[in-house]
Amino acid sequence: MSQKLLEVSDLLIEADIDGVWKPIVNSLSMTLERGEIIGLIGESGAGKSTFGLTALGYTKPGCRIVSGSIKLDGVDLTQMKEPQLREIRGDRVTYVAQSAAASFNPAHTLFEQFAESAVQHGKMTMAEARERSVELFRQLELPDPELIGERYPHQVSGGQLQRAMTAMALGCDPDIIVFDEPTTALDVTTQIEVLGAIREAVKARNVAAIYITHDLAVVAQMADRIMVLRYGDLIEEGDARSMLTNPQHEYTRRLLNVRALRETRKGHDEDNVQLSIENITASYAGPKKNVLEDINVNIVKGKTVAVVGESGSGKSTLARVITGLLPPSHGKIIFNGTELNPALSMRSKKDLQSIQMIYQIADIAMNPRHKIKKIIGRPLQFYLGLTGKQKDERVLELLRLIEIPEEFAERYPGQLSGGEKQRICIARALAAEPELIICDEVTSALDQLVAKGILDLLLNLQKELGVSYLFITHDLATVKSIADEIVVMYQGKVVEQGSKVDILTPPHAPYTELLLSSVPEMDPDWLTNLVGKRKRGESPTSESITT
Amino acid sequence: MGLLKLFWSLNWGARLGYVIVIFFAICALFAPWIAPYGQSQIVGDVWEPLFGEFVFGTDQIGRDMLSMLIYGARNMIGLALLTTGCAFGLGALLGFLAATMRGWVDQVLSRFVDMIISIPTLIFALIVLSATGTAIPWLITVIAITYAMPVFRIARAVAMDIEVMDYVEAARLRGEGLWWIMREEILPNAMTPLAAEFGLRFCFVFLLISGLSFLGLGLQPPLADWGAMVRGNADGIAWGYLHPLVPAACIALLTIGINLVVDTAVQKASGLRDDQ
Amino acid sequence: MLLKRLVLGILTLVAISLLITLGVEALSGDVCTAMMGQMASAAKVAACHSQLNLNLPMHERYLTWLWNFMQGDLGNALTNHRSIASLIGNRIGNTFFLAGLAALVAVPLALTLGVIAALYRNSFFDRAISIVTLSGISVPDFFIAYILMAIFAVWLGVLPAISNLDQSMDLWDRIYISALPVLTLTVAVSAHMMRMTRAAIVSLLASPYIEMAKLKGIRPSRIIIKHALPNALSPIIQVVMLNLAWLVVGVVIVEVVFVYPGLGALMIDAVFLRDMPVVQATAMVFASVYVILNLLADILSMLSNPRLRHRN
Repeated sequence: MSQKLLEVSDLLIEADIDGVWKPIVNSLSMTLERGEIIGLIGESGAGKSTFGLTALGYTKPGCRIVSGSIKLDGVDLTQMKEPQLREIRGDRVTYVAQSAAASFNPAHTLFEQFAESAVQHGKMTMAEARERSVELFRQLELPDPELIGERYPHQVSGGQLQRAMTAMALGCDPDIIVFDEPTTALDVTTQIEVLGAIREAVKARNVAAIYITHDLAVVAQMADRIMVLRYGDLIEEGDARSMLTNPQHEYTRRLLNVRALRETRKGHDEDNVQLSIENITASYAGPKKNVLEDINVNIVKGKTVAVVGESGSGKSTLARVITGLLPPSHGKIIFNGTELNPALSMRSKKDLQSIQMIYQIADIAMNPRHKIKKIIGRPLQFYLGLTGKQKDERVLELLRLIEIPEEFAERYPGQLSGGEKQRICIARALAAEPELIICDEVTSALDQLVAKGILDLLLNLQKELGVSYLFITHDLATVKSIADEIVVMYQGKVVEQGSKVDILTPPHAPYTELLLSSVPEMDPDWLTNLVGKRKRGESPTSESITT
Repeated sequence: MGLLKLFWSLNWGARLGYVIVIFFAICALFAPWIAPYGQSQIVGDVWEPLFGEFVFGTDQIGRDMLSMLIYGARNMIGLALLTTGCAFGLGALLGFLAATMRGWVDQVLSRFVDMIISIPTLIFALIVLSATGTAIPWLITVIAITYAMPVFRIARAVAMDIEVMDYVEAARLRGEGLWWIMREEILPNAMTPLAAEFGLRFCFVFLLISGLSFLGLGLQPPLADWGAMVRGNADGIAWGYLHPLVPAACIALLTIGINLVVDTAVQKASGLRDDQ
Repeated sequence: MLLKRLVLGILTLVAISLLITLGVEALSGDVCTAMMGQMASAAKVAACHSQLNLNLPMHERYLTWLWNFMQGDLGNALTNHRSIASLIGNRIGNTFFLAGLAALVAVPLALTLGVIAALYRNSFFDRAISIVTLSGISVPDFFIAYILMAIFAVWLGVLPAISNLDQSMDLWDRIYISALPVLTLTVAVSAHMMRMTRAAIVSLLASPYIEMAKLKGIRPSRIIIKHALPNALSPIIQVVMLNLAWLVVGVVIVEVVFVYPGLGALMIDAVFLRDMPVVQATAMVFASVYVILNLLADILSMLSNPRLRHRN
């Protein structure tokens, strides 16, 4: 085939950053054949979304195309006027956004929005559109395909909305669909189902697609070809299979290695229990359903317990109960042999000092108006009574411990990168000289390589200081790399707990099995195999768990 | 030098705003030295023409309009600043308190504010002033209380947004007291939105005071005030004298100036937020 | 939800009436001596006391007042002993006529201009509108009033400077004689409404579903009508209602300027004479209108919210 479906050449895009135009996509090129899926992968700031959206001849407000061409079947989109571009958008090239919940108009039903492009572009009548919507809703495995179109977006779950949006994108039989991180906002088990449905639908209709994501394992399932981007530059491009087995560039290798399993630590000391949670039941205001039901967890001194579960599992509530923010309705918490007061306000300074917390989003975990010096210094002053020179020196010591240059003491959090901020939060927790640190999804807001650095730091600190961790996460990769013990939670209950080896080696509890099997692997055939297994009933699905 | 550079980096609207505000501030600060006559001194005939012997003519009983305007700036801006300051002190303190303590404190304060706020400001002021008479302390009290209500709402909303941040939870977990949380965690982060709000509320207070003065319930003679000047000279309109428009224009000019300054400040603040 | 809001509205009115009656008493000390001065004879003061039921205990006084108020008996004015109900009755219609006429002109005008400014934001038209409205909200009402008076009544001589409306006039005469106050209110309230409408729509146009509609190749006009407007309905209703409420109050100063025989002018006179029963009654009317309009705004915007209309 001489003429490619899409041929982007030497595209330079600039963005207005504080009044200065700076390049965010540096002369990138891309070709796409009919029916081919290309994966754009990179960390935040890679320019992957900006680049991907150009297939629609669109740039976000505040961005502009400086030079280069975007040829769709040989016709250059950069030369087109808005009305011509409108003919193409939603018809020949369509879009699936990251947050379907925000991208569906709350005022109209799913069907009205499904039909809009097709009818407006003169492709179908309303009746044809209805038939087609049912067909596509069925193909994407939405429940009640005949009726779900009459629902409003807020009446449908997030995973279903994402599928409905894919159906909408397929509505006009487009040549290309641009997927912009379509599963990032979903839970792992939901993500798998959506991924499977999307891939089936796209393959069956022989549509070409640009799949944008930060997750290499996800893109491995979807793409025929992968482009790795970083800071607006192309790092590596190639066939998906060969790139996964034989990455050429150092950066790609590092991305691949992020998920490598850490060796298990030996030694299990049952006697040295530091924190023990006994029969905890808790609920939020009102006699509603319990968020936590009869939870028992032990944390051994100097070890890491990982609590893993999806949204709604109650894992974050557990942290709130331990810290005293949410007094439980039943059960008790025993710390170093004595019972902790259930309410935060009644606890002694000593108790508060020995349990510290690190949060998911470092940006909002530090007061933006306080200097780093003050953020780390305050616990020193508050718990240890350090002042003046002593305090300043200890702050610098802590900065060295978390591998941050000393001059950062005079900076504000806003002047730091995401990873650096999270390190400061770790230093603040360490400043109190705690015995237990609760880590609430501390790496999930970070890019993968940065997250790896944070986990390494936490492990080293544990070795050095002997502090225990309670690690709350939804990410099984993190669990595998840091945990000594694992607690799996589902809908407020513990479904399985034990040492890492016990939990990670079969046989598993059904939910653990579902969770483990849903984590994307780098193997390009993984999704195909999994879907097959689930269809044959060899592996649990969300439905088989709930029933 | 740095200030001057900053000034030139602004758009023309903001520059104009700053010039106006600074101009009136100078009038207010140095009134006794700038004004050619006293604020209640009769210097000529009734309604001497504008731009004649007296720059802005004389008023309905022959006082120098320019001098009255300059003293009026001092009296009105002083009164409005004091009142807005009181309203902010009260409103922000209670708003922060409601947001940090939540529970019944928040409920009681919020319902009370809901009630007061559902009486229109001017009507509320009229009721109270009719009962108490027009002494300056009462004027300040009643306006400060009415405007503390919207300030409470905004301060509470801003503080609520801050209060859900993890850094406030971190401070609570550390065991910090209420006062620390309000002063160290909430206040510094609420400053920017509250500062813009202060400018806006100052305008409203200023307009309300002018309105009350215009109705004869504001400052009483011999103190010069712009609202009363408009009312006093109002009859002149029928005879073709434009004297009442001069003090009215001063009120308008000052509030426009402040609004221009606030507008750019708000745009700048929200613009920064969009980028992130 | 609606019921809750309704009950809250009624409770607010009761609370306001408490404040207006008992609060004012607490502040003013003896209303009768305050009004008649220290020189008044003891007999006169005593008569005044009994007229105001001041010899009754506080809660009884309030309940009597409330009972009478709900039956339309507002008592008599202290100054001229006329029935307050008839005093207000004559004027309330005039005030609503004035405010209604202003609303009739201002609402469509302000909404149209506000929407246009939002659509063509940062255009020349938008900037011009924003300067005009900024001035509009900054300027005191009486400034607008006197400027209009100077132009139309004094300079051009086409409209009357004094709006001494009376009952015998037909509709056209009424409109003609109220032209200047209506114009003043229209200018003032339109400025507020335009700014708020523009802000409501601009914030909406930044939503992800608007970007999605653009990426679906939908025409700009259709994006506005089908995607933005249904969601803008609720904020726009809020804006209109808030401004109508504001209008009813803004009437006070405009009435004084044009000597318009309305409720506002009556209240101001009573404030000067310290005729408390009249002040209380007029204040109660203004507050009620204000509360009712705010209540209506909440209810309408609740009803226009698609999320609430189509609940599971």
